[in-house]
Amino acid sequence: MANPGAYIAGIFEHPTRLATDKSVAQLHAEVAAGALADAGLGKNDIDGYFCAGDAPGIGPLSMVEYLGLRVRHADSTDIGGSSPIAHVAYAAQAIAAGKCNVALITTAGRPRAAAEAPGTLTENPDYPENGFELPYRPLLAAGYALCARRHMHEFGTTSEQLAWIKVAASRHAQHNPNAMLRKLVTVEDVLASPMVADPLHRLDCCIMSDGGGAIIVTRGEVGKSLGRPLVRVRGSGESIKYQLGSHIDLTTTAGVKSGQMAYEEAGVTPADIKYLSTYDSFTITVLLALEDLGFCAKGEGGRFVEDGKLVSGVGRLPVNTDGGGLCNNHPAHRGGMTKVIEATRQLRGEAHPAVQVKNCDLAMAHGTGGMLDRRHGCATVILERE
Amino acid sequence: MSSQNPSRPSPMQTVETKPFWEASARGELLYGSCSACGEKHYYPRARCPYCLSDQVTWLAASGRGTIYSYSAVPRGNPPYVSAYVMLEEGVAVFTNIVECDPGDLSIGLAVELVFEKSRDGQPVAVFRPAS
Ligand SMILES: [Zn+2]
Repeated sequence: MANPGAYIAGIFEHPTRLATDKSVAQLHAEVAAGALADAGLGKNDIDGYFCAGDAPGIGPLSMVEYLGLRVRHADSTDIGGSSPIAHVAYAAQAIAAGKCNVALITTAGRPRAAAEAPGTLTENPDYPENGFELPYRPLLAAGYALCARRHMHEFGTTSEQLAWIKVAASRHAQHNPNAMLRKLVTVEDVLASPMVADPLHRLDCCIMSDGGGAIIVTRGEVGKSLGRPLVRVRGSGESIKYQLGSHIDLTTTAGVKSGQMAYEEAGVTPADIKYLSTYDSFTITVLLALEDLGFCAKGEGGRFVEDGKLVSGVGRLPVNTDGGGLCNNHPAHRGGMTKVIEATRQLRGEAHPAVQVKNCDLAMAHGTGGMLDRRHGCATVILERE
Repeated sequence: MSSQNPSRPSPMQTVETKPFWEASARGELLYGSCSACGEKHYYPRARCPYCLSDQVTWLAASGRGTIYSYSAVPRGNPPYVSAYVMLEEGVAVFTNIVECDPGDLSIGLAVELVFEKSRDGQPVAVFRPAS
């Protein structure tokens, strides 16, 4: 049986960044409706549903009921904020296996309205790591800072170089009317912002926003019948990395493996990628991903990002042209969804004209979720415009 | 021997980790060592995370180590320092550096094990610059 292929047929990013008057389930429904409208499909076309831990209820059960879906395939794999990127791959696999034809993936939440800090650990003694971490008050940012500090030590990376990642995000976000932070910032602004967890400043950290997004992935013949630009899932990979005490390593991520799998499946190399959406929970998250995905050698990330090299139109690799999680949107503390959405916009030619990459026929969306220093999950998809 | 720190959350214990916390109360920091594959690990487990053997012994660390990486959190209440300390046994431990000026810390700095009592009085392993 020939692989029917899987296409991203619908995308929707909720315009809100503060959802005081909406419930979490309601936000999931709004983004689902938005993606269906974008695809030109109806609710009853959906026969597969994918969600992660931001969806309220037991796995997919509550949301499938709330949305009134009739699915024959459901999956609630949670590898942190990169989950929706993995879900795109899992939807493509389910379609290839004949388990569904039209898959809905949703992410949504309202941490800002509810004043929920990111990385809040569940105080459950059965989480095996909890006894060994909670007594040390593990701030999420401090874990990423441990990796940044180690990278600086091993490779000479500087705070100025990390700041350039935020500067590039702000240059993109100024064109996005929905972005939470549209003000241009400079390297000096980043360095002058308060220290959250040394060496990471406030402006090295992503924003906290409400809202969410949704994606519709369809079987080849469904996608081709819709009359929308065709964005095919070409390759994918997922990986999980952790520390076991011995053989510690804080400067490489699971992206080495997830990226390699995606490149091999797609039959392409980093040089073929015209646009990259990559997870930017913190500036260091971007820098490590660029190295681990092969856009530069390990240790060269600082030089790769400085002087605006990630800015669309002027840099060597346009990254996060919506403004990313650093400036635009990081709904439900999870940045994977918006990474796929902006990559799809770029491939369709529907990004903002000021940041649209010319002849963008091959793009990557990459996520790094969880706690970078202790345990994290990476997911990578390579998408192609046909 | 242990100073009290009312801002330190108390460790949650399980039947598996009870011996670890009993050792902490004696002033010992335990790590896992597997006789089936020879690997060491932290945090200690009943089964080796390298080979899943149950031939694991929990050994007491010497208490000497160096800072592998650290991050000062100046706006903590009170401020504190997160760190990975590399024990001289070759095992890295997620912990805090105490009794220090964060500006004096660096990767590679020699540190020594001390215990601080959490809110409920349970001693918790932390490190300070070596005397
Ligand atoms: Zn073993």
